[in-house]
Amino acid sequence: MGKKMHIQMQVNGKAEEFLAEPRELLIYTLRERLNITGPHIGCETSHCGACTVTLNGKSVKACTVFVAQADGAEITTIEGLGTPDALHPLQTAFKEHHGLQCGYCTPGMITRATKLLEENPNPTEEEIRFGMAGNICRCTGYQNIVKSIKAAAAEMNAAKEAAE
Amino acid sequence: MIPASFEYYRPKDIAGVLALLRDHGDDARVMAGGHSLIPMMKLRMAEVPHLIDLQDVAGLGGIEVGESSIRLGAMVTQTEIIGHDGLAQAAPILREAALQIADPQVRNMGTVGGNVANGDPGNDMPGLMQCLDAVFTLVGQDGERQVAAREFYDAAYMTAREDDEVLTAVTIPLPKGGHAYEKQKRKIGDYATAAAAVQITREGGSCTAASIAMTNLSDTPVFCEEAGAALVGTSVDTAALDAAVAAMQAAIDPSEDNRGPVEFKRHVAGVILRRAIERAWSRA
Ligand SMILES: Cc1cc2nc3c(=O)[nH]c(=O)nc-3n(C[C@H](O)[C@H](O)[C@H](O)COP(=O)(O)OP(=O)(O)OC[C@H]3O[C@@H](n4cnc5c(N)ncnc54)[C@H](O)[C@@H]3O)c2cc1C
Ligand code: FES
Ligand code: FES
Repeated sequence: MGKKMHIQMQVNGKAEEFLAEPRELLIYTLRERLNITGPHIGCETSHCGACTVTLNGKSVKACTVFVAQADGAEITTIEGLGTPDALHPLQTAFKEHHGLQCGYCTPGMITRATKLLEENPNPTEEEIRFGMAGNICRCTGYQNIVKSIKAAAAEMNAAKEAAE
Repeated sequence: MIPASFEYYRPKDIAGVLALLRDHGDDARVMAGGHSLIPMMKLRMAEVPHLIDLQDVAGLGGIEVGESSIRLGAMVTQTEIIGHDGLAQAAPILREAALQIADPQVRNMGTVGGNVANGDPGNDMPGLMQCLDAVFTLVGQDGERQVAAREFYDAAYMTAREDDEVLTAVTIPLPKGGHAYEKQKRKIGDYATAAAAVQITREGGSCTAASIAMTNLSDTPVFCEEAGAALVGTSVDTAALDAAVAAMQAAIDPSEDNRGPVEFKRHVAGVILRRAIERAWSRA
């Protein structure tokens, strides 16, 4: 076993501190060490996006980041987006528009979609498909995922306008 | 998929990186975005006892668009290239190519330095940089040197970079005329079956210069001077296109893999180059 290092990170706003081998993959840190099981492991080979989290403001695949790289980082997972009583608009939209079937890809999809809508609050269908290209779904055929993201964008833009 | 264990370092400056490379020799390796290296380490195809993370090293970032050239710091990500409007104006082929690499998550991590230093024939930026006649800055124990992209690639994963050198920047002369980066891939996020980078200038109806480089059709990128020369002085008509494609096909050396047999790849390379030349010409 390799030498452990001291790691600190903010996960969903909460400070975490622990000793870990630098080779530990961030997805295992989240799931097995911190019991944050929203981000899933689909492929473990950087292809499916089920493990998507936000690392220092950017969407990344947590199966392709060493915990050592994330030392000092801020991380957001699906757990940090909404609560059962106060869902994030994307969560509501996925529910209402059947944006999920088995739900395995959904935490990655929604976490990625939050960043997509920050970067581009009013995306076209084509822009949604391009911006979500790192996330694979075996069930829905993507149609309803696109619909859900469009609906959430409209909802979020209306809420923003109402607040202004 | 657990990689072998390693010692991890996150130096703050190049001197710190060079000291680690000196002390640990072949056992040390730098990591940029890690999106080529980590998959290799997970498969245990790469073993790196001493891993030097470049993320905090000062001076490796930044996009500078100058009067006559562009400087990309080695740690500039593909996402940064796509998002930089000045760069898209000065050298639109960079954005066009970067948008065809991998997917948004991977582009957030993957860097230009990692992409060109990696030496994987599947990487898109080596051919792109050969087309643009870019120069790579390498810093080692004995100081700095410049190596042209067109001289950098010896074989798959074999480059002119010494193991104890760090690639710090890519400098690109401001490209002129029309551009195209055309890539055939099986799906989004896939490496190229064939890709072509083309930059063309014209005066009136006649082509005055053309630069052509191909990706994933040999164990290195293929800069094809003869293909460019076949266009110069012509109106880029069918005969000229045929001549350029024939010259390119004589220069590539694809091998059979899960993207198809050799004959298929040669055919796709021809289709892709033809499209790229036509698009670049229409923009020249
Ligand atoms: C799913 C997926 C799809 C992809 N699709 C494509 C694609 O279509 N086209 C494409 O071009 N790429 C693709 N990539 C690769 C991606 O673009 C990589 O990120 C990139 O090739 C390497 O950049 P990096 O910063 O991640 O480098 P790393 O993985 O950190 O490093 C790669 C190699 O370069 C060396 N290195 C890195 N930086 C330096 C430096 N500054 N000086 C000296 N040596 C250095 C490292 O030691 C290592 O050997 C894909 C990757 C994945 C995971
Ligand atoms: S589990 Fe990370 S991309 Fe599939
Ligand atoms: S809902 Fe089943 S994988 Fe997407």
